[in-house]
Amino acid sequence: MTFRERASVALGSPKTLATDDGARRLAGKRDVAVAEYPAMDAMRDRAREIRMHTLARLDEYLGPLADRVEERGGTVFFAADADEANDYIRRLAADRGVETIVKSKSMVTEEIEMNYSLEVDGLRVVETDLGEFIIQLAHDKPSHIIAPVLHKTRFEIGELFANEIDATYTDDPFELNAIARRYLREIFLSADMGISGVNFAAADTGTMVTVTNEGNARLCTTAPRIHVAVMGMERVVPTLDDMQVMLEVLARSATGQRLSVYTNFVTGARRSGDADGPEEFHLVILDNGRSRVLGSGSAEILGCIRCGACLNICPVYRHAGGHAYGGVYSGPIGAVLAPVLQEDDGFSDLPYASSLCGACRDVCPIRLDIPSMLLGLRQEFTRAGETEYGWLGPGLSAYARVATTPFLWRAFLAAGGVFGRTVGRDGYITKLPFHAGNWTTTRDLPAPAARSFHSWWKEHRGT
Amino acid sequence: MGGGPYPGLTSKFVSGVCQLFVTCLVDGFSPGVGVATVRLLERVGYDVAFPFDQTCCGQPAFNAGYLDQAIAMAEHTVEVLDATYGPIVVPSGSCGDMLIHHTPKILTGQPSEEAAKRVAARTVELTRFLTDNGVTVSSMRSEHTVAFHRSCHGLRGLGLAGVGEGLLDSAGVSRCELEGADECCGFGGLFSIEMPEISSAMLDTKLKAIEASGAEVVVGGDVSCLMHIEGGLHRRGSTIRTKHIAEVLAGEEA
Repeated sequence: MTFRERASVALGSPKTLATDDGARRLAGKRDVAVAEYPAMDAMRDRAREIRMHTLARLDEYLGPLADRVEERGGTVFFAADADEANDYIRRLAADRGVETIVKSKSMVTEEIEMNYSLEVDGLRVVETDLGEFIIQLAHDKPSHIIAPVLHKTRFEIGELFANEIDATYTDDPFELNAIARRYLREIFLSADMGISGVNFAAADTGTMVTVTNEGNARLCTTAPRIHVAVMGMERVVPTLDDMQVMLEVLARSATGQRLSVYTNFVTGARRSGDADGPEEFHLVILDNGRSRVLGSGSAEILGCIRCGACLNICPVYRHAGGHAYGGVYSGPIGAVLAPVLQEDDGFSDLPYASSLCGACRDVCPIRLDIPSMLLGLRQEFTRAGETEYGWLGPGLSAYARVATTPFLWRAFLAAGGVFGRTVGRDGYITKLPFHAGNWTTTRDLPAPAARSFHSWWKEHRGT
Repeated sequence: MGGGPYPGLTSKFVSGVCQLFVTCLVDGFSPGVGVATVRLLERVGYDVAFPFDQTCCGQPAFNAGYLDQAIAMAEHTVEVLDATYGPIVVPSGSCGDMLIHHTPKILTGQPSEEAAKRVAARTVELTRFLTDNGVTVSSMRSEHTVAFHRSCHGLRGLGLAGVGEGLLDSAGVSRCELEGADECCGFGGLFSIEMPEISSAMLDTKLKAIEASGAEVVVGGDVSCLMHIEGGLHRRGSTIRTKHIAEVLAGEEA
């Protein structure tokens, strides 16, 4: 299915309306948090500098990051692709006799479908972020980078809890939260392995930083005897000091908070004298297409810090919902990321899922020029003949021929006038054939004018 | 402030030649907007010239990803405009954004690279041009309540937030606020026929906001978005009309 087909089905559905509502609320909170903070613009500039500097020297920072982690007794595994990452964790789990795994929210593990790969081996994998927990119970997919259940209402969640974990029905968000909390607490205490994502990793200290609002990442990374952190290779930043900038722009852009409720700094496993913490720490650094993207025209997209602000502001996302994008990453960022990270997975229509309104560029904390990247991909796919919109080619070539030949242009305008007079009714065209009919299914087209501006000028100003 | 030749119009600068780049949609669909732009600029005191070989800036092909076709049209446009002098006034934020920001980029490495930069430096969107030159239209009789639609490329590409509204307000036009004024109407050029369902849904949201605003006329700086909104309103049988800001400021009945 294409984006267009999925979006058409989703339009106006309850889950899309819920998405719209939630996205608007998040966008509103972001606006307030940015407006109250005069340094935000300067912080965004600095955040962009840090990200672009690091992307241009990724090898210079990943090496030291791995060294620092290993100095602290951790194990680092560089995974070339999803299979390598999943196999590493499966083997580790088998080798250490792991039965139950708790996970904190991680988009990169969604990207590599880690849960599926572990469950095939008979492992019990439990998502502990409330949103991801709901997604897992519902056998659903996240529809938003930071708010995976944005498309669900509290009523649906109440029914889900009643059906799946034998809770008494309630649609009170606080009670629902308490139910999940009670259910998960037992599992936290019995889990053998915790898997977390990484928002940022500091190369100078080997510190993994993970932010949550629920504290579940803190439990995942300290309670079980093994902690595995999985990060996309672009998540590294040069120094721990850079976190001040990155965390601030992330929290304000994502949820409108000054800082997330829990900011977790993990530098290796438990050391002698520590009261708690895991016995082992493993860091999986995932490539999965990122090296290739780094060498392409879309390299800048790897600067993304997954705040979701571009989704919340995007009118296409708000009307279509996250699932219409067909993959893990949705919204404007997904429209760039999905086709470049997963070249062969049929995401080549996503760059067209944008009116190029530019709202995403305005809110991006890293000032990523997403519209330009979408245009770049459209050009690339057009050149390669991999576009849904090949039918535009002959028409645009003919149009370009006319528009580069002034006398043909004026003849074209005159013909348009005749067409407008013939086909138009009261100045409007209500039905057009072929692809142009895509306009007239829902809108009338003001008819071309009987006389063009060229014609008016010639008569009244006489050139 | 120097007095203009017409009552109700004042400007700091009331002389000089400016070039009109009228845009393809105004040329073919809304020539009245071009005429209004000419009259407005002439009343302020400009000698308006219209480079007659101009056509389309190439933005439709550019946005659709057809770079070769876009370059051909951009080269033609630059060639025609570079042969003129004075500011190039465009009654469109979108085509203005193209000429100022994108045309020089896509012509980088082409023979017309330098010409494209010269043209970009001379190009200015109409409402920005009027505001920068201190033009105010005052004491305008306002028969109808208008809502101003902020077109995306003018708003975000050219930073025109508040510029059009300012001109309308200083002209004494009765204006109401439009909820979600910064949200795209779903036109997006060929996006409207590439993704018609989403485009129409975005339009529907926009039309609901317009209907709720109490406006009788939707005024904007881009014929493209206005055609989209107008087409949607007409299909619904709405009595709300659309007007380009040049038409309103030129004193045509709003």
